[in-house]
Amino acid sequence: MSVILIFLAGIAAIITWWMAQQRLTSRPWLEAGSVGDAPHAPHLNGSSIATAKIGLGVFLAVVGALFTLFISAYFMRMGLQDWWALPIPGLLWINTIVLMLSSIALQWAKVEAQKHHAEAMRAGLVAGLVTGVGFLVGQLFVWRELVSAGYVLADNPANSFFYLITGMHGLHILGGLVALSRTTLRAFEAQPPGKVLLSVELCAMYWHFMLLIWLVLFALFAGWANDFVDICRQLLT
Amino acid sequence: MVNIPSSIDDTVPAAEVEDVELYHPHSWWTTYVFSQDAKVIAIQYSMTALAIGLVALVLSWLMRLQLGFPGYFSFIDAERYYQFITMHGMIMVIYLLTALFLGGFGNYLIPLMLGARDMVFPYANMLSYWLYLLAVLVLVAGFFAPGGPTGAGWTLYPPQAVLSGTPGGQDWGIILMLTSLILFIIGFTMGGLNYVVTVLQGRARGMTLMRMPLTIWGIFTATVMALLAFPALFVASVMMLFDRLLGTSFFMPAIVEMGEQLQHGGGSPILFQHLFWFFGHPEVYIVALPAFGIVSDLISTHARKNIFGYRMMVWAIVIIGALSFIVWAHHMYVSGMNPNFGFFFATTTLIIAVPTAIKVYNWVLTLWRGDIHLTIPMLFALGFIVTFVNGGLTGLFLGNVVVDVPLSDTMFVVAHFHMVMGVAPIMVIFGAIYHWYPKITGRMLNDVMGRIHFWVTFLGAYLIFFPMHYLGLLGAPRRYYELGESAVNPPSAHDLNVFITLMALTVGAAQMLFLFNLFWSLRNGKEAGGNPWRATTLEWQTPTTPPPHGNWGKDLPVVYRWAYDYSVPGAPEDFIPQNQPNPDRISREHIS
Repeated sequence: MSVILIFLAGIAAIITWWMAQQRLTSRPWLEAGSVGDAPHAPHLNGSSIATAKIGLGVFLAVVGALFTLFISAYFMRMGLQDWWALPIPGLLWINTIVLMLSSIALQWAKVEAQKHHAEAMRAGLVAGLVTGVGFLVGQLFVWRELVSAGYVLADNPANSFFYLITGMHGLHILGGLVALSRTTLRAFEAQPPGKVLLSVELCAMYWHFMLLIWLVLFALFAGWANDFVDICRQLLT
Repeated sequence: MVNIPSSIDDTVPAAEVEDVELYHPHSWWTTYVFSQDAKVIAIQYSMTALAIGLVALVLSWLMRLQLGFPGYFSFIDAERYYQFITMHGMIMVIYLLTALFLGGFGNYLIPLMLGARDMVFPYANMLSYWLYLLAVLVLVAGFFAPGGPTGAGWTLYPPQAVLSGTPGGQDWGIILMLTSLILFIIGFTMGGLNYVVTVLQGRARGMTLMRMPLTIWGIFTATVMALLAFPALFVASVMMLFDRLLGTSFFMPAIVEMGEQLQHGGGSPILFQHLFWFFGHPEVYIVALPAFGIVSDLISTHARKNIFGYRMMVWAIVIIGALSFIVWAHHMYVSGMNPNFGFFFATTTLIIAVPTAIKVYNWVLTLWRGDIHLTIPMLFALGFIVTFVNGGLTGLFLGNVVVDVPLSDTMFVVAHFHMVMGVAPIMVIFGAIYHWYPKITGRMLNDVMGRIHFWVTFLGAYLIFFPMHYLGLLGAPRRYYELGESAVNPPSAHDLNVFITLMALTVGAAQMLFLFNLFWSLRNGKEAGGNPWRATTLEWQTPTTPPPHGNWGKDLPVVYRWAYDYSVPGAPEDFIPQNQPNPDRISREHIS
């Protein structure tokens, strides 16, 4: 459970940082009369960042907690005796690169949208969409390859976790693809790119986060995360 | 020392967050059924939660009938008894308390108390309710499935939860239960995002965090906790569903059942316990923090006095929320653990008593020399304080490893848990319903019925759970279908069980009176007017009551003061609404 505790400590740090700016030590009973107890600090009434972005940020924190808990369970289960790690198919490397390309494409779409280049933005969105679908199809091929090599779901906890966690990540990508295709459709309808800018930014943000999670998961399955934990443990003891 | 600006208008900062574009319903369906109005969603959430709660209440009657009169009711066999226990616990904790506090009161009060028109993502908010309803229906489907609902206990510990010896283990019961939990969590996440982001972004101008009523602080903190804690239950449910349906061994060790080796092997039941309680302990405070917040507002309003130590109350809520994430293993003392961990978790558990005690002191000091009106909300708030202190004191017993181990499997735990997490939050829920019903419907609840309801519930709850502590100390084990003739069940203990059962039936009957009152007062209640309690918070200042979709008419309110300006010296009335500017410069020198 230490992984989730470290994650929560990070969240707690963010919350503390945010709260530190909210004048939690003010004495509201003495400060009646003025609107916002500091009129020159309108940030006390909410942030100027778009509400949808804050919503997505909070959602990503929840998704982060979800995957961190899976990773926590993975580490705890790994410590038991019946664990045989599974091989990493070469295709997984290709998938990782495809997902990176997808993320880069969306970042590009976002930058172009900010510059009001409608054509380039659309190209970026379509590229992101295609590579995103490519990643999912690639993951299915990885599953097929592993199954045909005899690594089935229920044989070993390592297999079970691999299918469970990649499946969960895939579902999140799938949900993202739905949002991304809606955004792409709107990008082809709406004339000024400014109208879809926010949606494109949200998609890019989500995609980068999913890429980050995937990289952590990849490191976990390949066993590097293990080595890293060992090093940390040695440093501590 | 306080600057009162010469002209209020100068200091109104431009709205930083743009006004919400309201969804405009076009038909009866989108106005009342598939509504995106937080207030309608709140009522839908509350009615569903009360309906399923009624089922859980009946289940508790059936359990008590078995314990009080073992063998008299032939339809309550051992299997059914365990199914009743399981469903009663799960429904009360998750589908009633969590849903009612966050989905019900959260939806109704957050936009109104903050001066917003609605939640920031109304569509997701609507989906949240419908997923919740679906989760409830899947849960109820368990009663009609072959083999009935799961009887694994509300903690659903593997391996027994998925074995054939447990009711529903190899039938539909456990599958439906886990599916329902997964749906609930997805639905809750949609709602929870709304509650958090609305507090962050939807506040009216002037409503700084430190001017928010404590109700909102409680609901806000509890929602943040729930968003981070429910994923643990989600993970545990998904993994157990895999174990049950796909033959994996996340939690299932090698087991021989009926002389047959199961295909599972090597899994860790302890892993499930860690995941479950990593959700389960914060869950206690997910229910308690909104209750803390609401009770603070009830006491302040009905004692006509500002809350004592507002800042301390806010900090205590946040600190309790943070601490509750590092105490979960105190539910696992009897599972065995490294003594150092036991020491750590006992210490963190007892430390939580500090901010909690601060809150209790502050409530009492708020009442001290207040102008206490013994209205029904106030009665329930007082009932809450007493009950919570009682339940908290037995918590100090159980937080210690050496005391917990012998008491853990006895009725003492049942009594403690029901006092602190059953009766106490329910008291607040009742108080809150009596308090806000006039705003929701425009009419007061009937006072006589309300008083009967309070006294029967309050005294009855004590008559149920005080004897239960004694039974626990005597060694009467919990979870047992029947005790028969045994050293822990002398005739005196059995008589006590009969008494508890009779009290449980009486308290349950009082709830029927409450439900009747809810519907009767809709038509026959006294007209309430906009602000019957003469309260300061924004929801009482709406131009019309009940507030329409959009809440505020043309202009959003602007907030000039905190939520607790009661009995301010020199003010013309004993309360000053939050949105009232300072025209006559109420003589501040009295205070400062």
